[in-house]
Amino acid sequence: MILAAIQPVVQSEPNVLAQLLVIFLAAAFTENILLARFLGMCSFLAISRQMKTSIGLGFAVVFVTTFTAAINWLLHTYVMVPLGIVFLEYIIFIVVIAAFVQLVEMIIERFSPSLYFSLGIFLPLITVNCAILGVSLFMLNKQSFGLPESLIFGFGSGIGWLIAIVLMAGIREQIKEDKIPPGLRGAGITLIITGIIALAFVAFSGMIK
Amino acid sequence: MAFKDTAGGKALIQNLWHENPVFRQMLGICSTLAVTNLLKNTLLMCGGLIFTAGLSSLTISLLRKTIPKQVRMMVQVLIIAAYVIIVDTFIRAQFPDIHKTIGPYVGLIITNCIIMGRAEAFASKNPAWPSLLDGIGAGLGYSLILVIIALVREALGFGTLMGIPLPARDVWWYQWTIMVMPPGAFFMLALVAWFGNATLLKREKNGGAK
Repeated sequence: MILAAIQPVVQSEPNVLAQLLVIFLAAAFTENILLARFLGMCSFLAISRQMKTSIGLGFAVVFVTTFTAAINWLLHTYVMVPLGIVFLEYIIFIVVIAAFVQLVEMIIERFSPSLYFSLGIFLPLITVNCAILGVSLFMLNKQSFGLPESLIFGFGSGIGWLIAIVLMAGIREQIKEDKIPPGLRGAGITLIITGIIALAFVAFSGMIK
Repeated sequence: MAFKDTAGGKALIQNLWHENPVFRQMLGICSTLAVTNLLKNTLLMCGGLIFTAGLSSLTISLLRKTIPKQVRMMVQVLIIAAYVIIVDTFIRAQFPDIHKTIGPYVGLIITNCIIMGRAEAFASKNPAWPSLLDGIGAGLGYSLILVIIALVREALGFGTLMGIPLPARDVWWYQWTIMVMPPGAFFMLALVAWFGNATLLKREKNGGAK
């Protein structure tokens, strides 16, 4: 269904593909949801201690942002705007996200119990991850977005979050044994490293005009 | 200090420093850190957060016996979302210029873990009045840190406070571009957390206040 939505657009205008790539790169790098917009910090600080769990949560976030962005775009365009209930968007979005996460949890549990056990704890956590709601809200800020753009934007933002948390987990595993001032241990040092990574990501801003 | 001895008063004071949500619990920094490059935006955002935290704690506490356990989280999120809509509508009407820049972040107050955390940890178990104070206390403790960060970031990044230029700005001021950019917020928060934690650790070591 997703392919069918993108396919005609790609065929009609080759430029559109390049545009989608730009949206993806912008969402993943220059406007990284965590490093430039500070979203999803809570789970980032709590989970990035271990590489394995970081990767698991990262992919779960990619999956959920991609689809909730698309669902919320459809709801916003075809239900909320025609009915004039845009002011309810927060409530509708959060319900969609919670319901989607619940659904994903049920499907995974039914079809792949082993994946369910490795992801189990993180799936419910995602509902309150502000990055997910943030993607939907920022998506609406860009009024020119259609369905393919929203889908790519959601996917790119999720990938951006995945990159950030995996980088962080790698660094945190390295500094586990280091001597760090007691007041700075845990969150403090993580924030400083996040700042340095964010600084590195600022360099990407020349990539997209 | 009779006020301090009541359950609610104690919760309010505790949340300001000893249990400060930001550097003691590292909760809810997501939605608001982004607006700390200008003090005015920060104050507006913090006002919205205190309003939502206080009133949603109050509401959840009043309803705590009627909400079924299984759908507890969902109901709490919906109550919080309702208050955030009020805040959003207010800011949109009164400060349309600011709303354009901080718009999406206002909506993100819903997923701010502090509000949810206080609702779950305190308001769902305590009577109305202490819950209201606890929510306001958490909001204030959070605002305290953000206002400090915003003060430094705006002064160093723009040379202004609340949009008013600092005195003799041409003489001494030099723009710290990093303070305008996102990394500045991370570094500032890390420094504040370091200072706060180090002070509390020292006091605990000396056997002082608990």
